[in-house]
Amino acid sequence: MKVPLSWVREFVPLPASLTADEIVDKLVSLGFEVEGVQDLRSEIHGPIQVAQVLEIEEVEGQKKPIRYVKVAAHEERYVICGARNFTVGDFVVLALPGSVLPGNFAISARQTYGKKSDGMICSARELGMGDDHTGIIVLNPEHPGMATITRGSDAIELLMLNDIILDIAINPDRGYAMSIRGIARELALRFNLPFTDPITLAPELPLNESPEVTTPQIEAGADFIVLRSIEEVDVSAPTPFSMVRRLQMAGMRSISLAVDVTNYVMLEFGQPLHAFDKSKIVGNLKVRRAGKTATLTTLDGQEHPLGENDLLIADENGALALAGTMGGLNSEVTNETRSITIEAAHFFPMDVAKNARAHKLSTEASRRFERGVDPQLPTLASARAIALLTEFAGGRYLGGKSDGAPSPTGVISLDPNYVSELIGGHYSHDVVKNALVSIGALVATNNSIWEVTPPSWRSDLMMKADLVEEVARIEGYEKIPSLLPPSPLSRGLTPLQKRRRRIAQYLADRGLLEVQNYPFISQETIDRMGFTGARARSYRIANPISEKEPLLRPHMVPGLIDAAVRNMGRGAKSMALFEIGSVFRAPETIPPPPTLGTQQRPTPEEIAALYASVPHQMLVVGILLMGDAQSDSWLGKGRSYGWHDAISLAQEIIEITGHQATVHRSDFTPWHPGRCAELRVGDFAAAHVGELHPRIIAHFGLPERSSALMLNFGALPVVGPTQAQPLSNMVPTIQDVALVVPESCEIASVIRALRSGGGALLEKVELFDRYRGKPLAENEISYAFTLTFRAPDRTLTAEEVASLRDSAVAAAAKLGARLRG
Amino acid sequence: MSEDLRELISAAKRAFDQAANLDDFKSARLAHLGEKSPIALANRELGKLAPIDRAARGQEINSVKSEITAIARAREEFLISERDNRILIEEQVDVTLPTRNSQRGGLHPLTILRDDICDLFIGLGYEVAEGPELESEWLNFDALNIPADHPARTMQDTFFIEPLSTKLVLRTHTSPVQVRTMLDRKPPIYVICPGRTFRSDELDATHTPVFNQVEGLVVDRKITMAHLKGTLDYFATAMFGEGITTRLRPSFFPFTEPSAEVDIRCFLCRGESSDCRTCKGEGWVEWGGCGMVNPKVLIACGVDVEEYSGFAFGMGLERTLMFRHGISDMREIVEGDVRFTAQFGVGR
Repeated sequence: MKVPLSWVREFVPLPASLTADEIVDKLVSLGFEVEGVQDLRSEIHGPIQVAQVLEIEEVEGQKKPIRYVKVAAHEERYVICGARNFTVGDFVVLALPGSVLPGNFAISARQTYGKKSDGMICSARELGMGDDHTGIIVLNPEHPGMATITRGSDAIELLMLNDIILDIAINPDRGYAMSIRGIARELALRFNLPFTDPITLAPELPLNESPEVTTPQIEAGADFIVLRSIEEVDVSAPTPFSMVRRLQMAGMRSISLAVDVTNYVMLEFGQPLHAFDKSKIVGNLKVRRAGKTATLTTLDGQEHPLGENDLLIADENGALALAGTMGGLNSEVTNETRSITIEAAHFFPMDVAKNARAHKLSTEASRRFERGVDPQLPTLASARAIALLTEFAGGRYLGGKSDGAPSPTGVISLDPNYVSELIGGHYSHDVVKNALVSIGALVATNNSIWEVTPPSWRSDLMMKADLVEEVARIEGYEKIPSLLPPSPLSRGLTPLQKRRRRIAQYLADRGLLEVQNYPFISQETIDRMGFTGARARSYRIANPISEKEPLLRPHMVPGLIDAAVRNMGRGAKSMALFEIGSVFRAPETIPPPPTLGTQQRPTPEEIAALYASVPHQMLVVGILLMGDAQSDSWLGKGRSYGWHDAISLAQEIIEITGHQATVHRSDFTPWHPGRCAELRVGDFAAAHVGELHPRIIAHFGLPERSSALMLNFGALPVVGPTQAQPLSNMVPTIQDVALVVPESCEIASVIRALRSGGGALLEKVELFDRYRGKPLAENEISYAFTLTFRAPDRTLTAEEVASLRDSAVAAAAKLGARLRG
Repeated sequence: MSEDLRELISAAKRAFDQAANLDDFKSARLAHLGEKSPIALANRELGKLAPIDRAARGQEINSVKSEITAIARAREEFLISERDNRILIEEQVDVTLPTRNSQRGGLHPLTILRDDICDLFIGLGYEVAEGPELESEWLNFDALNIPADHPARTMQDTFFIEPLSTKLVLRTHTSPVQVRTMLDRKPPIYVICPGRTFRSDELDATHTPVFNQVEGLVVDRKITMAHLKGTLDYFATAMFGEGITTRLRPSFFPFTEPSAEVDIRCFLCRGESSDCRTCKGEGWVEWGGCGMVNPKVLIACGVDVEEYSGFAFGMGLERTLMFRHGISDMREIVEGDVRFTAQFGVGR
């Protein structure tokens, strides 16, 4: 809300010596963020004077008509002027050489069109008084609200160009502060100055049951409404100059006297008002739900289809306004209007919020109603509006009618010691009481538990914690001490949290860079990856950032490819990336959520149902390896990442979790069907890993043989501490064997066979060579292993070792392996 | 000493001195100390002497032999060290050659920061609580005193999942983890909740639809706002350095009462520059929100409000990271440029 300080000063005598910064600091300490300070005095510098036009000479032969004008300000001078909306005798605003206009526009005497122009006659826009640039300002000595106009008088003061405007952000709980009334009250209590409540400006205007007055009728959505009617109004009367300027400074445009008055009172009191052309209201004026009423065209010319529950102001013929939000075009005050009904109501915040949201109309009125308006105001604000209208537009007050009554404020019980208990400093009973009284509350201190009645404008104060905040706020948050709470006992990170950290650190140490991608994905990408069934079943966001990517990622690899592509676009060639996070696979049916209140803790069954309604989200690590693992260097040729690097990383990650994986052939998208492995822990498929499918590599322009994996580490059970095995001090015996194996045979099974055949004394099986070619058959591969045998308690004899080796080979032979001759 | 023996010493010394390398030395040693050397022959001759002369002559031979051995040893040591020096100089390499030819790894700076913050609070006796990113509306909103028609629940702020009847949202803060914690265990509760959060903002220099938060929750007997302030001061100093404390400003959040915005002393100018670019001369920069847990939230989670009170606070990790590392554009954090992460990966 934009607040001209001069308006605030009408109700609280802020000393002239206070700087804007000092005022801002106090507002901030009270919980109001000041988003901007506009000091008009810094934007405009005189001399800018009132001048009277003495002579006008039309300068001929120019592209556009130009006038050479003799004016009399403090002294007489000539200026060139392009505007034509003035005549001899008019009073205008003259910026003299040496003056500066908003936008750092310096005025100097200059030679132009063959004449000397000794200043500038200003338009409203040039002075920062709105957008009007259709002509220069012609001052009207008759204009109400303007000081006396004389030649040479200071126009800056006359035009109220010397104000300071604060742009204050109002939190949703402080509706009362969306008014001069509220801001003045807060400043008065912070600076300890007397406060004159603006509502004292409202005259006592009786309500009566005159048949000439429109009759209000609340059916829903409000608890109080006041209508006041006035006839024989001169709607063409100008809005007083000071009112126009204050509206401008508050960020609103002057439209017509009737509208300006309602806006002015809204800004001053905080009560939104609406002016209807009384003659266009047929029958009673109702506050009701839209029901079957189909449409309403609002003042801005928009036609709104109405929802059944929209809250309307309506008459017998249909909708007149969206309650608390915007008036309708059909009942607007026009040039022909002669009688006006002013509506002032206390609509329920939720109803106005729904209206505003449903119709995307966030208005000055709706923002106030949503935050809460003082329910006592309709009577007073409507009286103030009628008084202003009759003062400036004449007319006869017909009287007023109301329906409903303002809801009384609830009483809050407060143990005054509770303030100190919750804040942690010392707040004496006097301090607590004075703070509450200063915000307008009634405090009954007869008993040890006080009864506090918040003022009518503080609908946000509903429980004792609210009162504690008020006391702390009025006393100043800076008085809250700084203490650490007692130190509790902690078990530190959970095993799963530790696991996540270790995996991340391990991968970083192994040369992989961590990325954090957005979890959004397109259907096209899901299809391109070849995901089907459960792996393609994701969640759709109802309101995605990008319509192209409305889904949640069911897999980690596509995001890593995206990141790689982005980096390749920036010149990167080789990359090893990893990401740890959630992937989202929707179950076929999601259990419906229970309907829960918030008045008490849900039952254990309800909590179980609540948790069940949130499907499990896998915690995974994804890896993408592409380009050089080692680059060419002075040490020799480098090498590229391949499927085996990915498998090795996956195996080691699984080891970090405390498990051992077995490797199995797999055929899974988005991997190369012949170069994909599934890593199992027991029967659980913990990871899929391998080289990416060549079609995917080609589509994204990745380096050949780029490899990837996704590993569901979150699902692997936590295992206890590793149990140490005793170490044998005996000398190991080493035996090399070369086996010829048919290529159809998975080597991992051969190794497993060697191990089981070799028994407990076979400590290690290491593959040190692999060969295919002559003299082997085409479908045969030779593998050379080093077998290490060791017993815990003795040195093995040559005979024992030979026999163990033979049984290891014999086990392998069952899979088709034979000793190489 | 006999002339012949003295002559042996000087002959050996000449021979060793003339040995220019270890090969020469070996032949000289063979010649002067070997089995066929004059001194060995002389020793062998001893038996032929009369017993009375034998002892004296034997002593002389031994002393000559040790003298020659000493000369040989000195020369050998000299020649070895001469050879070593030569070889070590020949083997010199350029140790300034670039040694890394593999990819450089690193953690994302947000991960480093998150872990640091968790460790800080573990040191204060907290535990780390986490929860799902796809979350129930009740946990994300209702339980936190954000009723169904609250503006925060509109499509402008929150990502909703289809069909809307699932009542699933991408969590807009990590506060549902606080609620889960209160539902799952009894006070005392001291937890820190880091995690990814989502709001439907377009990506720009200061907003991202996917961001990270760290929230803290304490529920215990006699917990006060002073404890909140003390915890935040401790946190700020740990994050931004000695002397950087916090300022609380009254504010509004549905889930806390009283509520406050948390500002930190401007880490750049420390409030001493009126034209500081970071704080715009205000001396403070906004860091997060906090407050005493609203009794309505405690009640919805079944915490006895007569016995317990609590505080909560929340900060954006990205914002904290930007402050700490002088990052001016949030897009750099989220775009996943490997060059960005590599800056932080192996150090700070």
